[in-house]
Amino acid sequence: MASVVFYFQVHQPVRLRHYTVFDKSNRYFDDHKNASICRKVANKCYLPANRLILDLIRKYDGRFKVAYSVTGTLLEQLEHFSPEVLSTFHALAQTGCVEFLAETYYHSLSFIYSRDEFVQQVEKHCRTMEKLFNYKPKVFRNTELIFNNELAHQIESMGRFNAILCEGADHILGYRSPNYVYKPKGCEKLKLLMKNYALSDDIAFRFSNRGWAEWPLTSEKFAHWVNQVNGNGYVVNLFMDYETFGEHQWADTGIFDFMRHLPEQILNHPDNSFMTPSEAAANFDAVGEIDIPHLISWADTERDLSAWLGNAMQSNAIHELYRLEKKIRSMDDKKLMDDWRKLQTSDHFYYMCTKYFADGDVHKYFNPYDSPYDSYINFMNVLNNMHIRCGDKVDVEGERIEGLKSKVKATKSETLC
Amino acid sequence: MRVFMLGWEFPPFISGGLGTACYGLTKALDKLGVKVTFVLPRMVDDMAGTHVKLLSPEHSRVATIFQYDNFENVEFCAVKAALSPYSSVDQYNKQIESYILEKQKNTTIGGNAPMASAGQYCGDMWSEVHRYAAIACELASEQDFDVVHAHDWMTYPAAVAVAKMKRAPLIVHIHSTEFDRSGENVNQMIYDFERQGFHAADKIISVSHFTRNIIISRYGVAGEKIEVVHNGVEKCNGNALLQEAGIEKDEKIVLFLGRITMQKGPEYFLQAAKRVLDVEEDVKFVMAGSGDMMHRAVELAAHLGIGRNVVFTGFLRGEQVRKIYRMADLYVMPSVSEPFGIAPLEALNHDVPVLISKQSGVSEVLTHALKVDFWDIDEMANKIIAVLRYPPLSTTLKNYGNYEVRKLRWEDSASKCARIYQEMLVGV
Repeated sequence: MASVVFYFQVHQPVRLRHYTVFDKSNRYFDDHKNASICRKVANKCYLPANRLILDLIRKYDGRFKVAYSVTGTLLEQLEHFSPEVLSTFHALAQTGCVEFLAETYYHSLSFIYSRDEFVQQVEKHCRTMEKLFNYKPKVFRNTELIFNNELAHQIESMGRFNAILCEGADHILGYRSPNYVYKPKGCEKLKLLMKNYALSDDIAFRFSNRGWAEWPLTSEKFAHWVNQVNGNGYVVNLFMDYETFGEHQWADTGIFDFMRHLPEQILNHPDNSFMTPSEAAANFDAVGEIDIPHLISWADTERDLSAWLGNAMQSNAIHELYRLEKKIRSMDDKKLMDDWRKLQTSDHFYYMCTKYFADGDVHKYFNPYDSPYDSYINFMNVLNNMHIRCGDKVDVEGERIEGLKSKVKATKSETLC
Repeated sequence: MRVFMLGWEFPPFISGGLGTACYGLTKALDKLGVKVTFVLPRMVDDMAGTHVKLLSPEHSRVATIFQYDNFENVEFCAVKAALSPYSSVDQYNKQIESYILEKQKNTTIGGNAPMASAGQYCGDMWSEVHRYAAIACELASEQDFDVVHAHDWMTYPAAVAVAKMKRAPLIVHIHSTEFDRSGENVNQMIYDFERQGFHAADKIISVSHFTRNIIISRYGVAGEKIEVVHNGVEKCNGNALLQEAGIEKDEKIVLFLGRITMQKGPEYFLQAAKRVLDVEEDVKFVMAGSGDMMHRAVELAAHLGIGRNVVFTGFLRGEQVRKIYRMADLYVMPSVSEPFGIAPLEALNHDVPVLISKQSGVSEVLTHALKVDFWDIDEMANKIIAVLRYPPLSTTLKNYGNYEVRKLRWEDSASKCARIYQEMLVGV
């Protein structure tokens, strides 16, 4: 028996506009670009994919199920630029075959830098799910599937959640299979669902790759692979970006047709089924404990945080951002708080990544910058303006420049010695 | 493989990037075992230096042949000609006048016939280029070689003549075009030399795609005839770390290093400097180099009211260049039209982050550099300030840039040239 658990990540950041050191305005975001990207993705992906999923749910009458994690930053943009997408999500929510997961509202890395902020963002996201879709999330997924034992513990202590998701990384699982339900180390009840990255990536990354030995991937072939799990696991966790449908894989690759026929092929086998993450957690006992002391993610081959925090610019930018937290809170200024939180979205740091800079790759997707350097400069200029809005220009600037000077001197004398 | 190569300048007698490029390329070809006869015009008579071995002890009528110690397969021929790179027709006339005056003085004292030796040089540049071609043919007739490889326009008439005479394939290598040097005010004579050279060539090597596009659009050359071979950079001998102690400075230094000519965009550098100084204090803008726009640059700096923060050092070489790199926090190359631009690679080699104009060939090969349109002075200032204010930016640029530069090797450029030579021979 194999239960297929589909979860789709639905996210767009609020991109910054070109912001130079000479800018004084507190308008940081590029409404025009955000609107056009939002509408483009809505037309190519969100609308056709939602329609397809809705059709499938109706066709299979409750036997086909999926889960979504829709970020707050996208929901706000959809509301402004593409409200029809919101209504299709609403329709999906009403079928009872769709689960909405909880995450940080701003798709942030706040878990690593501020526990307070993290909890607030998760709460905010849960409230939004209730308000928009009348759905109380029971399962949590962290930004980019960033995970460790401590996160699991934190999530369990919040008392809302039954399960959490993470990457089924080889170096974590070893001989074990991602196709079982586990329990994170140190947790009492919380279940852990691990991504089957091989099968997920067959759809998300390799589907249209003509150099791939298995190309073209048909739904029959894929169902056959799922059937092979029978006897060696209960669940097949297929976690991927929703933009896989129509954006990462364009419609003319046949991705929508693949999806249209997949449920039929999967359900051909009497032992197979579709489940939501909540159902999978409820139906299966944990077969073992997974110990992840260090942070992992679902990104790149390294499955670590280097895509967001791998170079000096990234770690500097994010540290400077969270250093502002106290000031921002003390200001009690809603707009300021909202701006600060939108800067926390992980994409801003992803754009500063120099790892795959040369070969382009997935990092280029929807990237508004020519280079990671441009993105860092832009981000720091915005942050600089935010310092000024916090009213501590003299203080922070002076302190920072003093710090800079001594730092420069230190590095200079280091190289001189 | 034997190559008859025609150039303009060669270290230590250089005034710009062309000499550096010829040196790097020839040295790498030497290592590949390609036999090169490198012909270059020289006005001065005595070439002898410590690391030079003269092969023809008595100065022959037309040329001096010698070899550098560190080259095995390369032989140099210095042809007595009054051609120097980057000079204009006016400059040539002045140069030749003063040379003749000088000669007359000397020879009158010596008692020889005054005009005899001065008569070696022709009175105008056009004739001199052709006289040079005649001498090159004379030299070539005594030599055996497979291909002719010529660098930039002054050598083209000579190269075309030699290739015709020996029925050898002609490769012209383009480091710069008249449009890069003069904008829209091109010198018709030079343009004609270039155009004839490009069309007579069997193959054109361009130092960038940027320049390739100019050759196609401005000279009407078919694209398939042009191959791009990017320049490399000499490895830094690691003495970047063995610096003298004591560069204590509170001021930040932003460096412009190159000829101060229209092509290099000095006025954009100064305009950006003005914008930077509007919001940042304690920044010095150093302009190292000389050129025909030097005076205008000095005036512009004064006019913008930033004279106190702009330093003109004049032309620097050797140790002085290394020293200025050590002091610099950022190197800026705001060129209006730069076929390649080796200097930013040298800056990175010296651990200085670079900001380069998008209108340059080097921006095709550097990813770890800040890039800006040369005319966009606000963005230029924005990026300069960012480097000065946010240390991680400079660190990241330096670390990755230094690594990236190490991958741009002359060996690779030379291998590409060697492959092109082979293809030419098969094709002919």
